[in-house]
Formats: sequence, structure tokens, C-alpha cells
Amino acid sequence: MADVKKIATRASYGEALVELGAEHDDFVVLDADLAAATQTGKFKAAYPDRFYDAGIAEENLMGMAAGIATTGHVAFASTFAMFAAGRAFEQVRNSIGYPHLNVKIGATHAGISVGEDGATHQCNEDIALMRTIPGMTVIVPSDDVEAKAAVRAAYELDGPVYMRFGRLAVPVVNDRPDYEFEVGRGIVMREGADVTIVACGLMVQAALEAAETLSAEGIDAEVLNIHTIKPLDTELIVASAGKTGRVVTCEEHSVIGGLGEAVCSALAESCPVPVKRVGVNDVFGESGPAVDLLHKYGLDAEGVAAAVRAFMA
Amino acid sequence: MSDDELKKVANEVRRGIVTGVHAAKSGHPGGSLGAADIITYLYFEEMNIDPADPAKPDRDRFVLSKGHCAPALYSALASRGYFPREDLETLRHIGSHLQGHPNMSDTPGVDMSTGSLGQGISAAVGMALAAKHWGDAYRVFALLGDGEVEEGQVWEAAMFAGNHALDNLVVIVDHNGLQIDGTIEEVNSAMPIADKFAAFGFQVIELADGNDMAQVRAAFEAARAVSGKPVCIVAETVKGKGVSFMEGQVGWHGKAPNDEQFEQAMAELEKEA
Repeated sequence: MADVKKIATRASYGEALVELGAEHDDFVVLDADLAAATQTGKFKAAYPDRFYDAGIAEENLMGMAAGIATTGHVAFASTFAMFAAGRAFEQVRNSIGYPHLNVKIGATHAGISVGEDGATHQCNEDIALMRTIPGMTVIVPSDDVEAKAAVRAAYELDGPVYMRFGRLAVPVVNDRPDYEFEVGRGIVMREGADVTIVACGLMVQAALEAAETLSAEGIDAEVLNIHTIKPLDTELIVASAGKTGRVVTCEEHSVIGGLGEAVCSALAESCPVPVKRVGVNDVFGESGPAVDLLHKYGLDAEGVAAAVRAFMA
Repeated sequence: MSDDELKKVANEVRRGIVTGVHAAKSGHPGGSLGAADIITYLYFEEMNIDPADPAKPDRDRFVLSKGHCAPALYSALASRGYFPREDLETLRHIGSHLQGHPNMSDTPGVDMSTGSLGQGISAAVGMALAAKHWGDAYRVFALLGDGEVEEGQVWEAAMFAGNHALDNLVVIVDHNGLQIDGTIEEVNSAMPIADKFAAFGFQVIELADGNDMAQVRAAFEAARAVSGKPVCIVAETVKGKGVSFMEGQVGWHGKAPNDEQFEQAMAELEKEA
């Protein structure tokens, strides 16, 4: 795996904005004093007159983006997930969600892989918050290829979109010629018969690695990449669960309200099977190197494999 | 329109407010009545709008940041011809396009969904920024309450508008001195409001009587002449203006008149007309 290309999805976001900017001039990009970190700085460098900095004022960031969107244009609004989904939740709900405006929220530094900044900046609640807003599309790309495709899809989609990007450089897992991104359509990354692992974000890679390990132990895992949490690809998840009879969900997010609970809801209504949720177990994060934190909280291949093993026992 | 003609319209707008809130059995008559003259002036004199084409791209925009005064906005829109005045009697009813607070997706002529205080001004700043960015000539008006400016978001928005010299933006602060829990001084006063907006880079225009049409006209004409800065009109108004028993009474912030009070209010307004 040493030669696998690793790119943080926030970097993909910045690059995708630059590419999109070359094709369209009907959108602007807004940030809240984090352009270097969110990587909207790349867009700013390419198109300085199409970038606006709201300063450290996330409520106004979202409100201005909403106002821009009412004029028939698209606004990308970026800051850390903690501030986009957390601090500005009500602005996103009332000013963007309620009137269903074309604001595309690029939220970076999601999850505990923020690393050393610690719990105040590690947002493990944003998927939960955003998926409760009617009409909000929630996308959690797993790698560079998917993140770039998501940005383009978000731009083309009519309505608000929340995109969740990470700080940590992650391996590219979707680099294949037949890759296709469609909002709301999950991807079967690996076929298997014994258990379904449903993952999003950087946990897709962890799930794939875990599946390889488990395979050698005689557990044949199917791995689904559910990059869109809302609308959820219930059909794919139910079909897979019906086949394997067991589901493990994996997300770098609280086990409360995120992918895991979305999957549980879908299965409870259509295909009740035992489910194990792998995620942040209702605790705050802490400071430390991202990779070490992911390991400590069971959010790496080893953690996923252990969870599946225990679940299958 | 002459000032006298505008006064007549404002009276009709007031009757629509009282009618709507009475029919709804809830809502916010006090602030709506106090802001009626300013909203009437905007929709009948100041703004470039077309009721036959509510979404025309080059229209001026109005954001009712103090969204609870929706009855005043709806009544003005109805009088202006955006929808039938009879609709006002459906205010806050199930299935009505007239929601308790304005929703742009429901009501023709509403430019922004508002109601959660502090948020409308940000949207207005976004609209003004969009106009500048894409080279459009329209102007943006936002009406805020003097209690609303206690929200921190207002000052985030004001800072941006001032720093970006958004001279296509006119913020009006409806200074009636009252909020739900009492006078603004009793609660948590944002005074001096004019000085604060001036410090944030606004050209401030003090409107001594925001219920006097000639003075309202003078303020908006002065606002038109400003360039290089956003404008803030601080308008002194009387909450409940036009209905004797509601004037200056904090208790009428968010309460509907009963049948008897409704008859009296309408009689007073009709007499004035």
C-alpha cells in the first residue's frame, strides 16, 4: 500500500472548485477566515475576484450565502464542520434549508481525524445535524475522486448540499475507469456473502482493508460505499442486508444520528437484521496525531475487523 | 404617489394587518402597525418592483428581517396587487400561503424567508453583494427591529456590509423602543443604535418620525443620494400606531385582538381613512 496516492478530501474540494471555476462564472466561494485550511484558498488564488471572506463570522457566512443564492446564483460556503453544521446550524436550517436555496456547504476538518486541535474542533455530530434538515443533501466522500465528483454534482443539483471533507490525507480508493458518482446511489466496493459493511468517508478504505483481513479468516464481507447519507440508497443497503443477514456500519462520526442510525432506520422498516454500529461512541475526542486517534477509537481497519469478528462470533 | 395618497394606502395596509391578525387569532400587530408607513413607502414609491412579475431579476429586494411583522408585509403586498386582499384572512391558517413568518417559497413577492431574528440582514447583505458582483443595479432594503439588533449576527453582517462599502444596501432599524420582555432599556439595550451602525461604516440617517410619510420620503430620498457606504435609517416609530389602545403598549407585541377590539380598531382606522 506504500505507493498508494494519498490526498485529503479538503484538498480535492479546493481543486474541484478551481476546475469548476474555469467552466462557470455563476458562482462565488465564501469562507470564514479558514481559506488555507479548507483549501478554498486555491480558488481564491485562481479567481480572487470571485472569492469573499466573511471573516470569523459563520452565522453571517451562511446568511450571505443564502442571500446570494436567492439571486439565482450558486454560493459555496466553507468553514470547518464544527462551525458550519454546529455553530451556524440554525442559519443553515432557516436561511438555507427552509427556502431550499442553492447553497453548497463545503465543511472540512470533520471527525476526530482533525487530530491535534482536539475535541473542540473534532465535529462528530454534523451528519446527524444536517440530515435532519428537510431537503438537505448530505454527502461524505471517501477519497479524492469521489470528493471532486461530489463538488461537481453539488453544483449541478438544485437545492442545498452539505459536503463533508476531511483534513487527513487518505488513500484513493475509487481510481478506476468505470467509477461513476451519482447523488444518492451507493457503490458496491467488494462483494461478499457473510456480512455487509456499510461505510462512508475515510472509513470506506478501513472497511476494504478489514474485509481483506477477514477474508483470510473465512469471513466474506460485502463492502458498500454510501457516500450520500441523504438521500440514502435504501434499496442497495436492503438488498445487501437481505443477502448477508448482518450489517456493520462504519463512520468517523458519532454512532448517534449518523450513517449508522440512518441505516438502522432503513433496515428496521424494510429488512430487520442485526446491526453493529462502528463510530465515535458518544464521547468527545481528544488531541493527538490523526492516525493514532483513529486507531484508539477503533476507526481503522483493525478496529473494523475486530468489530466484525465480535459481531460474527 | 403623493404623501396623502401614500397615507391612504398605509391606512389600508393597517386595516389588512388588523384583519389578518384577528382572523389568525394570533400574530404580531404592534410592530406591524408601527412599520406600516415605511413598508408602504417602500412598496408603493421607492422600490423597482412589478407585482405581475414578482421574481423579475432586476427588481429591488426587501428583506423583512423582523419577520414577525409579516402581517404588514403581506398586507402591503396584497394592496400592491401580488395576491388578493381576501387572502389576508387566511393568515396563519393551515394550507395558507401566508405563514406566521414570511417564506419566499410560499408567497409571491416575498424575497427572503425570515423570522429567526438576526438572519434577514445577512441575506440582504448577500443579495447586495451579489448585485455588486454580477454588476446588477438593483437595491436591497432590510427592515430590522430595535430588539433584533441585540442578535450578534446583525453586527457580523453590518461589519461585512461596511467593509465592502455596499452602497446598494439600506438597513432600516424600526426603533419603537419595545421588545417582548419590556422596553429595550429594561431588557438589554443596543443603544446607541445610530452610533453603532456609524462605527460599522454605515451612513446613518435619523428618521425622527417613521410614521410621518413626508419624513419617511425625505429619509429614503437622502438614502438614495448616498454612495460609497451602506445606509442605516434609524426610524423612530410608535408600536401599534393607528390603533389607540395598542399604541406604545408592549402587551400588543404578539397578541391578537378579540372581536370587540377588532371592531374598535377597524372603526378607528376607517375613521382615519
